[in-house]
Amino acid sequence: MATTTTTKKAAKPSGRRRETSLSTRDRLVVITMVAIPTILVVGLVWLPALGSVYLSFTKWNGFGGLDTIEWVGLQNYKDIATIYPPFWPAIRHNLIWLVFLFVFPTMLGMLLAVVLDREMRGGRFYQTAFYMPVVLSLALIGFIWQLFYSRDQGLLNQVFNSEVDWYGDPSINLWAVLVATAWRHTGYIMLIYLAGLKGVDATLREAASVDGATEVKTFFHVVFPVMRPINMIVLVIVVIESLRAFDLVWVINKGRNGLEIIAALVSQNVIGEATRYGFGSALAVIMMLISSVFITLYLRIVFREERNP
Amino acid sequence: MSIETPTAPVPSRTATPAARTEGGAMSRPRGTVATVVVAILALVWLFPLAWALLNSFRDYGYTQANGYLSFGGWTLDNYRQSWEQGRFGLHFKNSVIITVPAVLLTLWLSSMVAFVLARFSYRFNLTLLGIFLAANLLPPQALLIPVFRLFREIPLPLFMSDSGSMLNSFWSLILVNTAFQMGFCTFVLSNYMKTLPHEIYESAMLDGASVWRQYWQLTMPLVRPALAALATLQVTWVYNEFFWATVLLQQGDKFPITSALNNLRGQFFTDTNLVAAGSVVVALPVLVVFFALQKQFVSGLTLGSTKG
Repeated sequence: MATTTTTKKAAKPSGRRRETSLSTRDRLVVITMVAIPTILVVGLVWLPALGSVYLSFTKWNGFGGLDTIEWVGLQNYKDIATIYPPFWPAIRHNLIWLVFLFVFPTMLGMLLAVVLDREMRGGRFYQTAFYMPVVLSLALIGFIWQLFYSRDQGLLNQVFNSEVDWYGDPSINLWAVLVATAWRHTGYIMLIYLAGLKGVDATLREAASVDGATEVKTFFHVVFPVMRPINMIVLVIVVIESLRAFDLVWVINKGRNGLEIIAALVSQNVIGEATRYGFGSALAVIMMLISSVFITLYLRIVFREERNP
Repeated sequence: MSIETPTAPVPSRTATPAARTEGGAMSRPRGTVATVVVAILALVWLFPLAWALLNSFRDYGYTQANGYLSFGGWTLDNYRQSWEQGRFGLHFKNSVIITVPAVLLTLWLSSMVAFVLARFSYRFNLTLLGIFLAANLLPPQALLIPVFRLFREIPLPLFMSDSGSMLNSFWSLILVNTAFQMGFCTFVLSNYMKTLPHEIYESAMLDGASVWRQYWQLTMPLVRPALAALATLQVTWVYNEFFWATVLLQQGDKFPITSALNNLRGQFFTDTNLVAAGSVVVALPVLVVFFALQKQFVSGLTLGSTKG
């Protein structure tokens, strides 16, 4: 039996020793168990990510073979910053997206979690109401909100007797989209905080209130410290969500006319009328650079907790 | 795992209301105000879906003539019409073809990695987890071009894909979704598996169980709750996935239901009641999953966002 060698040494106390004592067959099994998923994730995520970096320094229409790739250095980045009109609006829109998500739905979700964490009549029902939109896709949310925003048949225009094209007018459509996003985002943030607030020691809170601490004081001295690691996670989630924003905008108008966002620009350069792989890749790399800062942050938080649970 | 659904009664929680009333921390009027505000907000939050549901049953001609603030014109015709025009039968089938294998594959592959991460303490463990977890967070658009080209180059026999390549095939979506979702699942599962006592493996090894048997017959049955939570979550996520399906499939008749919505836009945007009916139909499966498995859904989400 392949396992005889392992059973003999299994009783040894040291963890590292035990692993080196795996039989050849077991070791092969372990390698396979890790290798197959790793190949998939490296092949479909990490190598393409490197590929994007390489392509961002080149010019390629994507139709010819790999030998038609032409090295152009930093030209794409220069063009993006100088002669590509939608780029700066897109950056601005992504930033507005980020700030908006923080100021409204994130704050609201946090407040709701703090309030709903207390015993409240019908609290369960309210929680369900807030996180129901979380299960819907953003593409679908775009359609549902069309019922409010449609120029001729939308509820908003009927109520206010106006003729605003909420999704079409470039001066307001970003805000219309953000409100729809907020509808989903609030419940998500609430859920994360609710889970985190479970870590608040109820007896501690009780003691604080017995000592005569006000609600506000209790919140800042007992509840808030517990929420600090969650705040970091939420920060990362919100940044990455606003950078990845795509679905809602794409179903409305494929990211044009007031709704330029960076994720949509990348897609336009690949499956749009003009396929500019090098140029699109440079946009993709800009996205990647921004997100990698926050991914690193996220991993650091996660791994710190990993080491001292 | 220590996190339950926020709605489940937690013993310690019962101490809170006592603290509230007796300690005077949250006075009665303030409590009432909070309840009223939350109740109003909850109604506001429910309104979009309620409005869609209401108007999906109304006749287009009636609402055109009387406006949406009227009452009446009830019909089921929008559902029949949106189902036919949107070819929902076909697109639902596509969604199932993509979602079921992708979720099973994701859970299977990530549970294997998670098992190795939790069972052994190799030096590369943290790096490995990082590779998976970071992949989950990268913006998919950043990988679009190489993945798109790669799939176009990989030929598939016609019986596997009528396009003759990975591009435009369900296989591409199953693989991409799996690659992206594995990070989250690996993270959650490995945390869950680490809570299992290590002694079970030691006694299993004394019994001569191979690593594979330890994984399949010992660990997997024990992590069933986490698998259920993740499965619920993954089904909704893959079902809702929009970006990859939109860019990797170019034939409208292959789209899963979420991306098919975009195809219907032209036909639908002129008739809001049809949009409403279509939205309700598309939302229904995830809402059913959500209400039936709410506990799994919520615990799945919270397992990953905070340390379990």
